[in-house]
Amino acid sequence: MTVLTLTGLILVIALLGYAMGVARSRSALQAGSVLHSRPQYSGAFVAFLFALPAVCLMLAWVAIDEGIIRSLTIASLPSDVTEGIDRRQAGALIREVFQVISGRTFGEPEPYMRDAAAYYVEAQGWSRTLMYVSCLALGALCAGWGFSRIAPEFRARNKVEAIVSGLLVLASCIAILTTVGIIGALVFESWAFFTLVPVNEFLFGLNWEPQIPIREDQIAGAGAFGAVPVFWGTIFIALISMMVALPIGLFSAIYLAEFASPRVRTIVKPVLEILAGIPTIVYGFFAVLTVAPALRRYGEMVGLDVAANSALAAGGVMGIMIIPFISSLSDDAITAVPRSLRDASLAMGATRAETVSRVLLPAALPGIVGGVLLAVSRAIGETMIVVMAAGLIARLTLNPFEGVTTVTVQIVTLLIGDSSFDNPKTLAAFGLGLVLFISTLGLNVFALNIVKKYRERYD
Amino acid sequence: MTDTTRPPASGWADEANRSNIGLKRRHARSRRLQGFGIGAIALAILMLGTLLWTMVSTGYSAFVQTHLSVEVTLSPEEIDAQSPGDANYRDIMQRAWLSSFDNVTEENEGDLLSMLSRGAELQLRNLVIDDPSLIGQTIQMEVPAADDLDQVEKGFVSRATPEEYRIVNDRQIEIFYELKQDGRVSTPFNTALFTEADSRFPELAGLKGALIGSFFALLVCFVLSFPIGIAAAIYLEEFAPKNRWTDLIEVNINNLAAVPSIVFGLLGLAVFIGFLGFPRSIPLVGGMVLALMTLPTIIISTRAALKAVPPSVREAALGVGASKLQTVLHHVLPLALPGIMTGTIIGMAQALGETAPLLLIGMNAFITAAPDSMMSPSTALPTQIYIWADSPERGFTARTSAAIMVLLGFMIIMNGIAIYLRKRLETRW
Amino acid sequence: MANFHTDALANSGNGTAHAKQEGAKSANTRGVAKIKAESVNVFYGENQAIKNVSVDIDERQVTAFIGPSGCGKSTFLRCINRMNDVIESCRIEGRILIDDNDIYAKGVDPVILRSHIGMVFQKPNPFPKSIYENVAYGPKIHGRTRNKSELDSVVEQSLRRAGLWDEVKDRLAQPGTGLSGGQQQRLCIARAIAVDPEVILMDEPCSALDPIATARVEELIDELRQNFTIVIVTHSMQQAARVSQKTAFFHLGHLVEEGPTDRIFTNPEDKRTQDYITGRFG
Repeated sequence: MTVLTLTGLILVIALLGYAMGVARSRSALQAGSVLHSRPQYSGAFVAFLFALPAVCLMLAWVAIDEGIIRSLTIASLPSDVTEGIDRRQAGALIREVFQVISGRTFGEPEPYMRDAAAYYVEAQGWSRTLMYVSCLALGALCAGWGFSRIAPEFRARNKVEAIVSGLLVLASCIAILTTVGIIGALVFESWAFFTLVPVNEFLFGLNWEPQIPIREDQIAGAGAFGAVPVFWGTIFIALISMMVALPIGLFSAIYLAEFASPRVRTIVKPVLEILAGIPTIVYGFFAVLTVAPALRRYGEMVGLDVAANSALAAGGVMGIMIIPFISSLSDDAITAVPRSLRDASLAMGATRAETVSRVLLPAALPGIVGGVLLAVSRAIGETMIVVMAAGLIARLTLNPFEGVTTVTVQIVTLLIGDSSFDNPKTLAAFGLGLVLFISTLGLNVFALNIVKKYRERYD
Repeated sequence: MTDTTRPPASGWADEANRSNIGLKRRHARSRRLQGFGIGAIALAILMLGTLLWTMVSTGYSAFVQTHLSVEVTLSPEEIDAQSPGDANYRDIMQRAWLSSFDNVTEENEGDLLSMLSRGAELQLRNLVIDDPSLIGQTIQMEVPAADDLDQVEKGFVSRATPEEYRIVNDRQIEIFYELKQDGRVSTPFNTALFTEADSRFPELAGLKGALIGSFFALLVCFVLSFPIGIAAAIYLEEFAPKNRWTDLIEVNINNLAAVPSIVFGLLGLAVFIGFLGFPRSIPLVGGMVLALMTLPTIIISTRAALKAVPPSVREAALGVGASKLQTVLHHVLPLALPGIMTGTIIGMAQALGETAPLLLIGMNAFITAAPDSMMSPSTALPTQIYIWADSPERGFTARTSAAIMVLLGFMIIMNGIAIYLRKRLETRW
Repeated sequence: MANFHTDALANSGNGTAHAKQEGAKSANTRGVAKIKAESVNVFYGENQAIKNVSVDIDERQVTAFIGPSGCGKSTFLRCINRMNDVIESCRIEGRILIDDNDIYAKGVDPVILRSHIGMVFQKPNPFPKSIYENVAYGPKIHGRTRNKSELDSVVEQSLRRAGLWDEVKDRLAQPGTGLSGGQQQRLCIARAIAVDPEVILMDEPCSALDPIATARVEELIDELRQNFTIVIVTHSMQQAARVSQKTAFFHLGHLVEEGPTDRIFTNPEDKRTQDYITGRFG
């Protein structure tokens, strides 16, 4: 909240600075000289000079103060408590401090904990006051310097434009920062995980039971972290979904691109797109409410034992969601094949089907493959359908009627309701997240490249 | 060709006259491919129809709620006018309810009491606190019935089912039908669905908290992603030199658009909550994560809109001495705005339906009060659906579907606006 | 060498449809009208692109359609193998007879028709497949050959007739799109003649080629006249004069004048034809 208040305050003062800048520039004009830039630019110059340094300082402050206060709090604890503790134990201590602050403690806390809590609260208060004062002071300093430079010949427009260009560059770097943030967070937490569980065990182990401690010396929440069954479940469900989506999507695309009249096309295409617009949570509920019970009933009718959270139900419903990805990307790929090739084939006396299967599909193949790879990446990363409809138990099975679990399901179950980053259970989620990110990124880069090359070929 | 008088035989006419089995097969193959295409489209549309029909057919019943009328006497002995909040309303309500039956026994008392919702006493309490002058009067109230009874009224409980498999017993059903005959049962529109936050009892649970949570999150998302997205797009489209760095940014944006949403949730959890120390479950963090996800969508659509503005406009502005920035801000951007708005609204609609990242930052907590700021814990519409979908009570199934209908309704409205904007305002060059 | 291969084809093709047509065609006499168009009108939606055109096209001759752009000559050409069927809004009135059979009669299958009326397009459009596959495409879909060696010889024969064999015989497996423009166009001609059509329609086949490649294709057209009835749409009057025996001049959807090429170019009857060939418009 303090950040929001301060931001508001900075904006108000910046507006004030704008007005003052405009006024000063105007008064300079009355002196009878010619202005280089319109007064608004002088105003904007002052406003920017106030707001930018203040906001930057504030963001930097917010980013680091919590960490500093925490380590100061730890340092304030008696040395016999803090002697030789590592990052995990420090985190546990801080949580204890938080519990004391919020009053949710079982029994009487240690006196040194009370002191630490008081210290933390006080430090936080100081930090806030200091942040307010220093941000506003820095802004005022810069704005005052800018204000003093306003004169008729001052090139305010060029300065303001330079600042705005800088801001534009900054905005375009946010995307890079996001990627860096993702990679940083995943690698950092995964590294912590791999210090607890060997990479080999994680990547090649066949037993995934993160909740159950199996060795005596293990800490709470630890278990077996062999992720192969989880990876298999992910691939298995993605495969099932592609088996549903690929034929339906591809045949739809062929029909729309080659056989449908323009009228049918303009109606059917958006209707199929609706499937892509429906939130995945809706598909998840649909799988649980309708598809899974239906499969179970049909299974019983023919004497098959279908689990309530079968891979088939989750994969099938995911397939429905994927249909429009395949159909629209394949449709694009097929219609991107030049007319002349279609004409050449038809003029040879080929039927429509022959033209499609012997000329258009081979020519469009790279585009279609790219689209399918993007769809696979989408299926692997899809979360809500599997969280609701797939199982929690990691099984290495080829039976689509049994339940399997996926990477995304495990990430959600491992992280829901647990906020500490100090046990292998939560950290395992980041390990899985890293694998998920790398594999989907690889698929995407590969697929986007294929699609791009394909487009260039016919442009 | 049945013309028998034509003199010279032509290859193609000849071939057409013969019954050409190979050709028939080729045409059959063509028809089959067409048939597969129609079948595939029909199947896809059938699935879409089934999905929507499932939601509507299970969800419509949640838009009404069974109410029972009860006469309550508010005696000043039981309720202190100075502190009306302290009275035992549960007791008052239960006695008022039982007093409307003349054959109450030890045996059926439990049956009778479990017909009322826990919301009845809360409703009474709020009523009295709002208007203490009611104390001393006898008032007629319409209070919600318990979920089990609501299911009976909506026809989801069959008396043919053996009693032990039912949540309501035969006696309760009989009493209920008697009440119905006396005109003490009503089924008004379920306003609680929109005016209440979550609850453990289906008949009291509403979407208010989720709607406000989603609103705050989308607001944050918009405030962050809209200006940053436009700024980034302007830079990349209008100012950026063609070099490795801008190439990298471009590739990066395209890839970010395809990163699974749950990875953004991990980012939010590790950076915003773990590293920057924001609290869990708050719409502010949810909005920031959604903003990072929506950013690529907005950048990509804004760039497309900027690209669609013809160079002649830029040349005209530059020609009269405008600076590059003035050209973009005064001429190019206004012309591209409808396209940008369309892309932004579609991005926002996507963000509204996004669930996985919000789960990871804890917006699936059980919270019974609507949030009063961006910093107070809350759920969002999709996470509320997730919570309800996980609840075993029958009433929650209908409410989940109803919430889905509300969510889809918002998305239809947003996409409708986007389509309208595209059709009406976008200039074709 | 050439003789050897022709013999091989004749021997192995004995009894196939391929060989039969060869025989049937040589029985016909020259100078007979192969294609007769009778008051053809073509509409694109509301627009009339072809207005009451009647024309005879002689067998084993090259007939050139000339005229300014947008005059309907390409549209008319595409009517002859019913390529306009692909366009939804296109409507055709009148009759087009090939060997006295109406190609728009009920029951005529455009698929069969097109296998007998080949077409070469303005821009070379080889399929993104190997040179071999490009030429083999037609025989394969029409089931003209029974085995690989027959197909091989049809491919070779077609490439030889298109004058491309010597240039590509060592790289038949390489993509057709890798050839030069002129080679690509000759590959397309080879692809068209591989199904042994009676008529070849050429829609400005040289407009995307350089002068040397153009000369090569024109030579080829002249050779192909021995075996095929050829209709060529061209922008260039010099080309029409060089390759055709008959010329038809189209203007604004009308057929203004037709006749022996020599006469059209030396002594046109219509003022518009005269204006066009003397370069007053075009």
